[in-house]
Amino acid sequence: MLLAFDTATHAVTVALHSGTAAGDVVAEHTVVDALRHGELLAPGIQHVLAAAGISPRDLTRIAVGVGPGPFTGLRVGIVTARTMAAVLDIPVDGVCTLDILAAAVTDQPGGFRVATDARRKEVYWAAYDGRGRRVSPPAVDRPEAAAYDGPVAGRGPQLYPAAFPAAIDPDNPSAAALARAVAHRTVELLPPVPLYLRRPDAATPGQRKQVL
Amino acid sequence: MNDVPLVLGIETSCDETGVGLVRGHDLLADAIASSVDEHARFGGVVPEVASRAHLEAMVPTIERSCREAGVTLSDVDAIAVTSGPGLAGALLVGVAAAKALALSLSIPLYGVNHLSAHVAVDQLEHGALPEPCVALLVSGGHSSLLLVEDVTVGVEPLGATVDDAAGEAFDKVARLLGLPFPGGPHIDRVAREGAVTIDFPRGLTGGRDLERHRFDFSFSGLKTAVARWVEARERAGEPVPVADVAASFQEAVCDVLTRKAIDACVRSGADHLVIGGGVAANSRIRTLAEERAAQHGIVVRVPRPGLCTDNGAMVAALGAEVVRRGRPPSALDIPADSSMPITTVVA
Ligand SMILES: [Zn+2]
Repeated sequence: MLLAFDTATHAVTVALHSGTAAGDVVAEHTVVDALRHGELLAPGIQHVLAAAGISPRDLTRIAVGVGPGPFTGLRVGIVTARTMAAVLDIPVDGVCTLDILAAAVTDQPGGFRVATDARRKEVYWAAYDGRGRRVSPPAVDRPEAAAYDGPVAGRGPQLYPAAFPAAIDPDNPSAAALARAVAHRTVELLPPVPLYLRRPDAATPGQRKQVL
Repeated sequence: MNDVPLVLGIETSCDETGVGLVRGHDLLADAIASSVDEHARFGGVVPEVASRAHLEAMVPTIERSCREAGVTLSDVDAIAVTSGPGLAGALLVGVAAAKALALSLSIPLYGVNHLSAHVAVDQLEHGALPEPCVALLVSGGHSSLLLVEDVTVGVEPLGATVDDAAGEAFDKVARLLGLPFPGGPHIDRVAREGAVTIDFPRGLTGGRDLERHRFDFSFSGLKTAVARWVEARERAGEPVPVADVAASFQEAVCDVLTRKAIDACVRSGADHLVIGGGVAANSRIRTLAEERAAQHGIVVRVPRPGLCTDNGAMVAALGAEVVRRGRPPSALDIPADSSMPITTVVA
C-alpha cells in the first residue's frame, strides 16, 4: 500500500493507494487550513488507514510533496514521511508540489503553468508542456515577473489575477493525484528533501528567544 | 520483555536535536545533534536555521539513540516530545516526528513541557525526585524559579526573568569581552583566572523591587553596567581586565540566582533545590548554591552538565515518570505550543 501526502500549501492532503499501476486510491482525506499542518497531518494519516482497515505495517511505500511551499508546513510533511519510512523500513520518494498540482490538470494541449502562494508577495511557479511535463525548474518570483496570460493552476491566479488572468483547476494539490502519478510512474521522483528555493532569513526578526 | 516501559524522548525546542531513551530512572541513550556552530556567526539562535537543521538531524539522531541503547524502535513503549515552550518552527519538527513514531508503532504519545523535563531529568542522576522541591532553571532561553509539587501534573511558577534570560546575559557579556558564542562556558573558564573586583548591580534585590519581585530576576541592567564599565576603560585608553570583569559579572548573576532560589526554598518549606538548564553547568553557581543551601539544611541537586543543557534524555525522563504515574496520553492533533504554560505538563 502506498501512502501519499503533501503539506506544502494551504491543504493538508493524504491518500492511500493500492500501490500498483492497475490499482487505485482506496482512501483520501484533505483539509484546507493554512496554519494547522502540524495538527492535521497525523490524524489525516490515521483516518485513511482506518478507512481502508489497514495498519501502518501494511504500508510498502511513502510519497511526499517536497515543495516549494511555506517552510513550516513543508517540514511537517517531510519529517513525517522520513520518520515513518525509517520506522517501517520502507522506501520514501519526494515529488515537487507543483508537479502534484500539474498531475491533476486536464486538457491543456497548449501547455500551462502552476503558480502557488510563496507569501511575501511572491509565487512559486513552473511551466508545463501539453503533456503535463515540467519544462522549467521550480522558481520563486514576484507575480509580475512570472506573469502569464495562458492557463494557470494553483492559488496564484486567485491571489494575483492581474498577473494570472486565466485560472484553471486545481487550486490545491491532492494526495490522490500524487499517489496515482507515483503508482503510474508519470512523475519525476526526487529524494525527500525540501525544495526551499530561499535561503534562511537570518537578519530579520530572527534572534527570537524562548518564551520562558 | 521488561515490565518497566521504554520511553523515547524528542527535544527540538531550540538549537539541539535530542533523542533520548529511558527506562524508569535508567538512561539508555542520549543522542544529540547541535546546530550551535551555524548560529555562532549571528551571535544567537536563528529560528529558520535551527528548523532546517532539526529536519536533517531528526531521523539520524533517532537511529543513533537506538544504536547507543542497543534497542530497536519496536522495543519502544511510548513516545514523549517537547511540545512547548520554545521556537515554534523548531518545536514543530520534533512534534511531527514524534507523532509519526507513535502512529507507525501504534504506541502512546506524550507532548510534554520543556521546563518540567529540565526538572525531571535529575531523576536519571540522583533517583526519585523529592516533591515538593524548588527548581531553578537557567539557560539562554529561560530563567525561572518553580515550585514542583508533582512534576507530572502541575508546576507552580514562583518567578522568572523580567527581561533577559541569564544565559543571554552570559552571551552578551561574552561578546563584549571578545569571547565566543555561546558565552557561558567561556566566561566560566576565563573567570577562574580573575578575581571579583567590581561590584556590579544585582537586579531586583532591594527595597520596593524586592517586595514586588521577590522571586523574579532582571539581568538587563547588569549587562548594561558591564558594558558601561568596559567602555569607560576603553575610552580612558586603559586595558580591560577581562578575567576580573568575567569573574565579577558571573558573581553578580550567581549571587542573585542562588540567593532567590534559597529564599524560595525557605518560604515554601522545600528542603531540596534542583538546578537545571545550561547555566547550571556553571561552576560558580554550583558552589555558591551548595554553600548557601547548607546553611539552611537544604540539599542541592544538579544533574551533570550534559543533562543540564537541552537534550532528549530529559524529555524521555519526564515521559517515563508521566507513564509511571498513569497520566493520560496526548491526542495526535496536539499543536506545537511555543508559549506552553508551565502549569501544563502534558498537552
Ligand atoms: Zn531548556
